[in-house]
Amino acid sequence: MIFLDNIWLIPLLPGFGAAIMFFFGRRLQKSTVSAVCVGVVALAFIMACGSVLQYNAWADAHNHQPFEKIVYTWLGTDTGHFNYLTKDGAQAKFQADAGFLLDPLSGIWLLFVTGVGMLIHIYSTGYMAHEGGYYRFFGYLNLFMFSMLTLILANNYVLMFVGWEGVGLCSYLLIGFYFHRKSASDAANKAFITNRIGDAGFILGMFFIAWYFGSLRYIDVNRLAHNGHFQIGDPIITAATLLLFVGACGKSAQLPLYVWLPDAMEGPTPVSALIHAATMVTAGVYMVARSNALFILAPSSMKVVAIVGALTAIFAASIGLVQHDIKRVLAYSTVSQLGYMFLALGVGAFAAGVFHVFTHAFFKALLFLGAGSVIHAMSGEQDMRNMGALAHKIPITYRTMFIATLAIAGIPPFAGFFSKDEILWQTWTSEGGAYRVLWAIGFITALMTAFYMFRLIYLTFYSKPRMSHEVEHHIHESPKSMTVPLVVLAVMSFIAGWLGWPHSLFGSDHFARYLDPVFARGEAHVLVEEGKAQQLAAGEREEEHTSPIEYGLMFLSVAAAGAGWYLADRSYRNADKGYTEPIAALSPPVYNTLLNKYYVDEGYDYVFTGRRKAGDVRLGIMGLGDASSWFDSHVVDGLVNFAGWITRLTATLSSWWDKWIIDGIGVNGPAILARMLSYPARLLEWGLVQWYALMMTIGLVGFVFYYVYH
Amino acid sequence: MQSHILSIILFTPLVGAILLLFVPKENKDAIRWIANIFALGGFLISLPLVPWFWAQRFEPGFKFVEGSANNWIPSIGAGYVLGIDGISFLLIMLTTLLGWISILSSWTAIENRVKEYYIWFLVLQTGMLGVFMALDFFLFFVFWEAMLVPMYLLIGIWGGPRKLYAAIKFFLYTLAGSVLMLLGILFLYFHHQHVTGVYTFSLEALYQTAPRIYTDYGPYAATLLFLSFFFAFAIKVPMFPFHTWLPDAHVEAPTAGSVILAGVLLKMGTYGFIRFSLPFFPDVLTHGRVRFWVMALSVIAILYGALVSLMQKDMKKLVAYSSVSHLGFCTLGIFALSPLGLSGSVLQQINHGISTGALFLIVGILYERRHTREIAEYGGISNVMPVYATITMIMFLSSMGLPLLNGFVGEFSILQGTFMEKDIAGHPGWFWVAWSVPGVILAAAYLLWLYQRVFFGTVTNPKNEKLHDLTPREVATFVPLLIMAFWIGLYPKPFFQILEQPVNHTVAMVRPDYPQPATATNAAAQPPAAMTPAAMEMPPMHPTSASPAANSAKKGKK
Repeated sequence: MIFLDNIWLIPLLPGFGAAIMFFFGRRLQKSTVSAVCVGVVALAFIMACGSVLQYNAWADAHNHQPFEKIVYTWLGTDTGHFNYLTKDGAQAKFQADAGFLLDPLSGIWLLFVTGVGMLIHIYSTGYMAHEGGYYRFFGYLNLFMFSMLTLILANNYVLMFVGWEGVGLCSYLLIGFYFHRKSASDAANKAFITNRIGDAGFILGMFFIAWYFGSLRYIDVNRLAHNGHFQIGDPIITAATLLLFVGACGKSAQLPLYVWLPDAMEGPTPVSALIHAATMVTAGVYMVARSNALFILAPSSMKVVAIVGALTAIFAASIGLVQHDIKRVLAYSTVSQLGYMFLALGVGAFAAGVFHVFTHAFFKALLFLGAGSVIHAMSGEQDMRNMGALAHKIPITYRTMFIATLAIAGIPPFAGFFSKDEILWQTWTSEGGAYRVLWAIGFITALMTAFYMFRLIYLTFYSKPRMSHEVEHHIHESPKSMTVPLVVLAVMSFIAGWLGWPHSLFGSDHFARYLDPVFARGEAHVLVEEGKAQQLAAGEREEEHTSPIEYGLMFLSVAAAGAGWYLADRSYRNADKGYTEPIAALSPPVYNTLLNKYYVDEGYDYVFTGRRKAGDVRLGIMGLGDASSWFDSHVVDGLVNFAGWITRLTATLSSWWDKWIIDGIGVNGPAILARMLSYPARLLEWGLVQWYALMMTIGLVGFVFYYVYH
Repeated sequence: MQSHILSIILFTPLVGAILLLFVPKENKDAIRWIANIFALGGFLISLPLVPWFWAQRFEPGFKFVEGSANNWIPSIGAGYVLGIDGISFLLIMLTTLLGWISILSSWTAIENRVKEYYIWFLVLQTGMLGVFMALDFFLFFVFWEAMLVPMYLLIGIWGGPRKLYAAIKFFLYTLAGSVLMLLGILFLYFHHQHVTGVYTFSLEALYQTAPRIYTDYGPYAATLLFLSFFFAFAIKVPMFPFHTWLPDAHVEAPTAGSVILAGVLLKMGTYGFIRFSLPFFPDVLTHGRVRFWVMALSVIAILYGALVSLMQKDMKKLVAYSSVSHLGFCTLGIFALSPLGLSGSVLQQINHGISTGALFLIVGILYERRHTREIAEYGGISNVMPVYATITMIMFLSSMGLPLLNGFVGEFSILQGTFMEKDIAGHPGWFWVAWSVPGVILAAAYLLWLYQRVFFGTVTNPKNEKLHDLTPREVATFVPLLIMAFWIGLYPKPFFQILEQPVNHTVAMVRPDYPQPATATNAAAQPPAAMTPAAMEMPPMHPTSASPAANSAKKGKK
C-alpha cells in the first residue's frame, strides 16, 4: 500500500513545488518552473489514482471504513492533560492532528482536483507563456493545490479549515495577480473578506460541534451522530449546521455571499477555471457533504440549504442572461450551478450533489479554458459584443466548447444531463408541496442555463464578426499545450456522466453506489423520516425511480434545454454590430436590473462596507470605523487629556493660591501688616539727630512742666 | 550554572550597559558593536534554558528558583527570588529575542546620542526580564517601575515630533496605575502579616493568604482590591478605555522602541493578570459582576480596536490600534478562566510579539527611507521592493490569523477555550465568542486594505521610484520572526506542552471545582498547607466548605 500509506505526500508534493518557487523561483528558467510545478501536480495525480485504487481494494476487506493516516499532533498536546469541558461537563481532549482521511467522498474529490488541476497547469504553461511573474503564478497555483488537497484529505474539521483558509488565500493572491490594476486588487480584497465572513461562521459551527461532540474528528463526530443518541432537530446541531452552511455560502458563492465570485474573474483565466469553477468553489459542497451525518439530524438546516441553493441557482442564472463579458457569463453560470448542488444536498440527495460537482468540474473548467483560448485568440478582448464567427478560425476551441455547452445545458448523453436530471428528480420526489416549487425553480433555471450558454456560443462562434480588422487579423488557434487539455476535458464532459447512468435508463448508477458507504446511513435517515422505511428494508432504494413521472420530467428538462437553444438561435443567429438583446426589447427595466446585477453590489457598498456614501453620511463598517475614530480621539482620549488639563488647572490654581493666599496673605500678609502698623512709628524715627535732640528736649521740657505744675 | 541561569540572563544586558558607560561617546561604531554583542549574547545565553526547561516542563511549581524569601531586605520581608514557569519562560524567550532584534534594527535608525540610546535600551531589557522572573512582590514592583524610566527616555529623546507629549502621557498614565497597585500590594502584605504574623512580599506566601481577603473583609473590599491591581494591568495591556496612550507612544517612539513596547511591555499587563489577579482574587472573579465587565471590555477592545484601526491614515497608528484588538483576544482568553483559553492567551501574547513586532519593523523600514508614515504617500511598493513586500505579506497573514502561521493557533485556542465555558458571568461562552469573531473578519479588512494601498497598484509617487529593497541586516531582523511564525503555526505542540502545567495549575487556583485531568502530573488542586497557629483561628480558608467556592460548586452542577 505504498500510495495509501504515504497519502500525506499528495498535498505535500505541490506544497514542495510552491516552496521551491518561493525561494528560488526568481532565478529559474521558465521551462524549469513549468517542469517543477506541472511535475509535482502530475505526481500528485498519479499518487491520487494509486491511492484511490488501493483504497478500493483495502475498503472491500475493511467493511468500507474510511482510511485514516495520522502524521503528527498539530494543535494541542498528546499528553492527555490538556482538556476542555463539553456541554455535558465531560472532559474532552483539545487536539487536532495533521491527519489524512480517504473514503469514497474524498477519493472522488481527490481524483478530479488533481486531474483537472494537472490539465490546467499544463494549459497555463501555454496561456501564461508571455506574461511576467511566471514563477509567481505557478508558485501560487502549487500553493493552491496544496491547500485544496489538505482541505479534501483532512481527517478533522480544524485541518479542513486550514485548507479552507489556504485556498481563500491563494484565491486572493491569484485574483490579485495583476496587482497593478486597482480593479484586480479590489476584487482580491473583496474575495478574501467575503470569504472571511463565511469562515467566521465555519469557526463558530466547528466550536458548537466540539462543544457538543467533544471532538472534531470526522470519525468521532459521525459515529456519535449515527448512534441515535441525538434527536432529529436538535437545536445545537441545527445551529452548528447552519453556521457551517454560512461558511459554505462564503466559499461556494451562495446568496447572500456570492458577490465576490463574479469579480474574481479579474484573475488570469486558468485561475478562474481551476479555482473559481472546478475546485475551490466546490469546497462548500464538500464540507456539507462531509457533514451529512449532522445535516441529516437538522431538517430545518437542510431546508435552508435547499432553499438558498434553489434561489441562488435562478438568481445567478437570470443575471447571466444579459452579461456581455464572456467570463462573467461563465462566473454567474458557476454560481448558478453551485446552487443546483446545494439544492441537491438540501433535499438529502448527497450523491446527486456530489455527482454534479464531478461532472461540472469537467465541463465548467473546459468552458473557462475555452473562453481563455478565445480571449487569447482575440488579443485580450473579453466582450462578446466584439466577437462573432470564430467557429472556423479556432476550430478546436469551438468544438470543445460546444461539447461543454451541450453538457451544461443538459442534453443527453452529455455529462450534465445525468447529474442535473438526478437533482431535479430528487427534488421532485421530496415530500411536501414546497419541494415542487423548488423543482419548478430548478426547471426554469435549466431553461435559462441553456439559453445563456447557447447565447454565448452564438455570439462568440456564429453570428457576424464584430471585431476590429486588426484583431481579426491576429486570430489564431492556441498552441498544443492549451488545446490538448481542452480535448481531454471535452472527452470527460462527454463521458463523465455515464458513471451515474440511472436505473431508469437501464444503467446501474455506479457513482451513487460508490458513495453509499459515506451517505447511505444518512439517506436512510431521510427515508425513515419520510416514512419510506420499507423501501430501505427491501434494499432497493433506487426502485421508485422507474415511474412514468420520471420519464416525463426527464423529457421536460431535455425539452427545456432544447427550448433555450432554440431561443438563443432565434435571437443571435444573425447578430451583427449593434444587435439588440431580446430581453432589452421585451422590457428595458428588467434588462437594466439584470445587467446591473440587481444593484446588489451598490447596495452592499452603501449599507455594509460604506465604500459609497449615502449623501454625506457614510454607513456600514467604514461608517462605524469613522465614528469609532472620532469617539476615540474626542471622547476617550479627550477624557484623558481633560484629566491632564484638570491636573494642570488645579496645579495653576494651587500655585496661585500658594503664591497669593498662603504665601501672600498667610506669610507675607502679617509681615506687610506689621510693616504698615510700624509706619506711623517710623515717622517718628527718621534718622535726623537734631530731630531726636529736639524731641528729647521737648520731652524733657514736658516732664519738667508736669512735675512743676502737678 | 543551572541554578543561576536566571540571574545571568537578567543581568547580561545590564553588564553591557555598564560597559558602555566607559566607551567614549564619539566612538559610535564601537558602541553599536558592543550593544549588539550584548543583545545577541543576552539571547544566546537564554538558549540553554530551552532544553533545561523542556526536561522539566511537566513538573509542578516554579523552576530554576533562585534565592529565598526575605533574603534581600529581611527587616521588611523583601527577597531576591527569581523563578519561572511555562508562562514566564515563553515570555522571557520572547523578550531576549525581540531585544536582540530591536537593537539590531536600530543600527542606522539612531544617529544622535547613540551611547545613551543603547545604554537605556539595555537597562530596559533587564527591567522587563526582571518583571517576568520576580517571585517577590517587592522585587517585581522595583522592576515594574524601573523599566518605565528607560522607555520614557527612549520615547522622549529619540521620538518623533510630539515626543514629549507622548512620553509624559505614557509615563504618567502607567504610573497612575502603578500607584494603585502599590496600595494593593501593601494591603496584601499587611493582610498576610495579620493572618500569619509574618511580614513578607514572597509571592508563594501571598498566594496562600490573598484569596482569604474575600471572606475576611467581604466582597466589597476584595473587589476594590482587585480593581487596584486591575487598573495597573489594564492600563499596561492596554484594555479599552485605557488605551489612548498607546497610539501616541507608538507613533512617536523610535522603531525599536515600538517593537519592544508592543512586543514585550504590553505583555507585562496580561502577565500580571495571570500571575497575580487570577490566583489572588478567585472569588471576585467567579462571583459578582467584575468578570462580566472585564469580558465586555475585552470584546469591546477587539471590535473597537479593529474599527478604529480600519480608518487610520498613519500606518503606525493603524498597527497600534490593531494591537488593542489583538490584546483584547488575550484578555478574553485569560478571563475565560479555562486552561485552553489561558494557554491560547499566552500563545497569542507570544504571537503578537512576533507578528506585531515585525509589523513595526516593517513600518520602520519604510519610514527610514521616506520619513513619512502616511498611507496616502505610498502605493505600488511591491514593484520596487519585492522582498520587502513578500515578508510583509507573510507577517500580515500571520497577524490576521491565517492557519499554518502562528496567529491562528493562539486565536483558535482562545476562542475555543472561551466557547467551551458554559457560564461566563451569566452568559454562555458562545455568546462572548460570537461577539469576538467579527474581530477576525475586521483584521483581514484593515490589513488587506493597508496592503492594497501601500503595495499594490503602480508607483504613482515619484519619491517612491528609487526605494531600495531590504539590506541583508534588515532581512536578518525578520528571519528569526519568520521562523517562529512558521514554527508555531506548523508545530505548536511543544508550546502547548510547556503551557500545559502552568495553565492547569492557574485554573485550579481560581476554580477549584474545575475538573482536573485525571492523571495530571501537577499537584495544583491541593488545598493550601496549614500555616501558623494564627491562621487556624481565622475563618476557614478559601476552598473549604463555608466559602463561596462551595456555592459555585453547587451552581456548577445545576
